[in-house]
Amino acid sequence: MDAFLASPIGVLAITVAQTLALLVPLLIGVAYMTLAERKVMAAMQMRKGPNVVGPFGLLQPFADALKMLLKETIIPAGASRALFILGPMLTLVLALIAWAVIPVNDGWAIADINVGVLYLLAISSLGVYGIVIAGWASNSKYAFLGALRSAAQMVSYEVSMGLVIVTVLLCVGSLNLTEIVRAQSTVWFAIPLFPMFIIFFVSTLAETNRPPFDLAEGESELVAGFMVEYSSMTYALFFLGEYANMILMSAMTTILFLGGWLPPFDIAPFNWVPGPIWFILKICLCLFTFVWVRATFPRYRYDQLMRLGWKIFLPFSLGWLILTAFVLKIMGWLPA
Amino acid sequence: MIAALAFYVFAAILIASAVMVVTSRNPVHSVLFLILAFFNASALFLLAGAEFLAMILVIVYVGAVAVLFLFIVMMLDIDFSRLREGFQRYAPIGAVIGAILFLELLFVFGSWQFAPEANSLRMNAAPETGISNTAALGQLIYTDYIFLFQVAGLILLVAMIGAIVLTLRDKPANSRRQDIAVQVARGEAVTLTAVPPRKGLAELGIVRRPLPAPPKPKAIHGHGHDDHGHGHDNHGHDDKHGGGHH
Repeated sequence: MDAFLASPIGVLAITVAQTLALLVPLLIGVAYMTLAERKVMAAMQMRKGPNVVGPFGLLQPFADALKMLLKETIIPAGASRALFILGPMLTLVLALIAWAVIPVNDGWAIADINVGVLYLLAISSLGVYGIVIAGWASNSKYAFLGALRSAAQMVSYEVSMGLVIVTVLLCVGSLNLTEIVRAQSTVWFAIPLFPMFIIFFVSTLAETNRPPFDLAEGESELVAGFMVEYSSMTYALFFLGEYANMILMSAMTTILFLGGWLPPFDIAPFNWVPGPIWFILKICLCLFTFVWVRATFPRYRYDQLMRLGWKIFLPFSLGWLILTAFVLKIMGWLPA
Repeated sequence: MIAALAFYVFAAILIASAVMVVTSRNPVHSVLFLILAFFNASALFLLAGAEFLAMILVIVYVGAVAVLFLFIVMMLDIDFSRLREGFQRYAPIGAVIGAILFLELLFVFGSWQFAPEANSLRMNAAPETGISNTAALGQLIYTDYIFLFQVAGLILLVAMIGAIVLTLRDKPANSRRQDIAVQVARGEAVTLTAVPPRKGLAELGIVRRPLPAPPKPKAIHGHGHDDHGHGHDNHGHDDKHGGGHH
C-alpha cells in the first residue's frame, strides 16, 4: 500500500482525492450561499424568501440548477463563438483553482507552497479576463460597456489590495499562507491593522463586482452588463463563479486578518472546537457581511468608485504600509 | 520524467501561441494569445524552480499590463482592409529589414560562448542554500544592490512625471468642480421625521432650510462687482419700461 502511495499514480490518486474533498463541500457551499443570500436579504427586507421547494426552501438551489441545465444555450449570431464559451468557463475555473493553496487547518492545504499569497493575488488578477472576454465576445454594446467598467474597476482595486497584503506580509515575514495564520496566534491582524482590514474588505467587494460596486452589471443602466447575452449553463457558470469568488475572498480575508483556523481565544471552550469549524464560521461571517452590505447600500456612481480606489485607498494604504514598516523597525518587531 | 514532459508541453504551447500572436487576423485574438504565451512562460519559470518570478510575471504582465493592452485594443476601431492595403508593395522592404536583423542575431549567437561551469547551472535557479527564492531576491535587490535599485526607481519616477506633464492641460477658469463631501452629505432635506398630523413641521420646531447652493463658477475676468451693479441698473430700467407700456 505504501509503495503504491509513493508511486506517481498513487500521488496522483491522493491529489485527486484531496481535490474532491475540497471541491465538493465548496460547490455545495456555493449552492447554499445563493439560498442564504436570498434568505438573509429577505429577512432584512421583512419578506420570507424562498420557502416553497423543500423544507424552508432548502432544495431551492437544486431546483435552480436543474432549471438552468434544462434551458437552451443561446449564442448570439454576431458573437465570437469560442471566446463566448471560454469567458464563463474561465471565470469558474479561476475561482476554483485558487483553493489549491488555502489552508483549512494547520497543514491542510492541497499545495502548501512558498508563495501562496502571490499565487492568490495572481489568480484573482486573472479573474478580470473571464469578464472582459465575455463582454467582448458577446458583440453587444451593453456587454462591452460592462466589461470595460469591470476591467478598470478590478485593476484599480488590485493596487490597494496588493499594498494591504504587503503590510500583512511585513508583520509575518513569509509568503506562505500557513505561516501567515501561525503568526496570528497571539493577536489577529484585524486588530493592529484595523484600517487595512476595512480597506481589504471593501476592495474584495469591488474585486468580486458585488454591490455597492456592481457597476459591471448595473441593471438600471446596462441591463446586466457583461452577462446580457448569456443564458442557461453559460450563465450558471458566471453565477457559480461569482459566488465561488465571494467565498474565496472571504477565505482570504479570514487567513490574512481573522486568524484562519485559530480560535478567538486559546482557552478551554474555544480550543475544543476543531480548526476547520472556526475557519468555516469566519468565512460565514464575512459572507454575511457581503450580503448585509448588498441589502444596505445603494450602488456607487462610477466616478465615485474610481475616486475611492485611487484617491483614498491607494494613498492611505501606502501611508499605512510605511508607518507599519517604521513601527516594526523601531520597536524591533521585524520577523527574522 | 513528468517534469520533462511538462516542460515540452508548456514550451510547445508557448511557441505556438507566440506564432499565433503575429499571424492571427484579429488583434484581440493576438492579445489573448500573447496572454497565453505569458502564462506558459510563467509555467516554465515554475518548472525551473523560480516560483517568485513566475508569480510576479503573472501578476504584473498578465494581471495588469495585458489587461490594459486588451482594453485599448478592444476599443480601437480597426479597419482590416486598410491595414492590409500596402502589404505587397512594402513586403520586399520588410523582408530586407527582417533578413538584416536575422543576420545580426546569427552573428551575436555565433560568437556566444558559455562558461565551462554554466552547463551545470542550467535549469537550476535555486541553488541549495536553504533560503527561499523570495528571500534571496530580496537580499540581492534591497541589500546588495540597493543604490542601483533606487536609481532605477528614480528613472521611472522621472518618466512618470514626464508623462503627466505632457498630458496636463490648464483647466478653463470657469470649469465646475465636484465637491464629493457636499454631494454625499445628508442634509435636513433627506431626514425622515414623524410629523404630527394637521400641525406640520413648524410645530416640531423644524424649519426646512434650502439646500446649499452649488458653488458658483468663478468669473473669468474677476470683476464681479461691476457685473452685479450693472444687473441692478438693467432691472430698474425694465420695470420703468413695463409701467410705461401699461
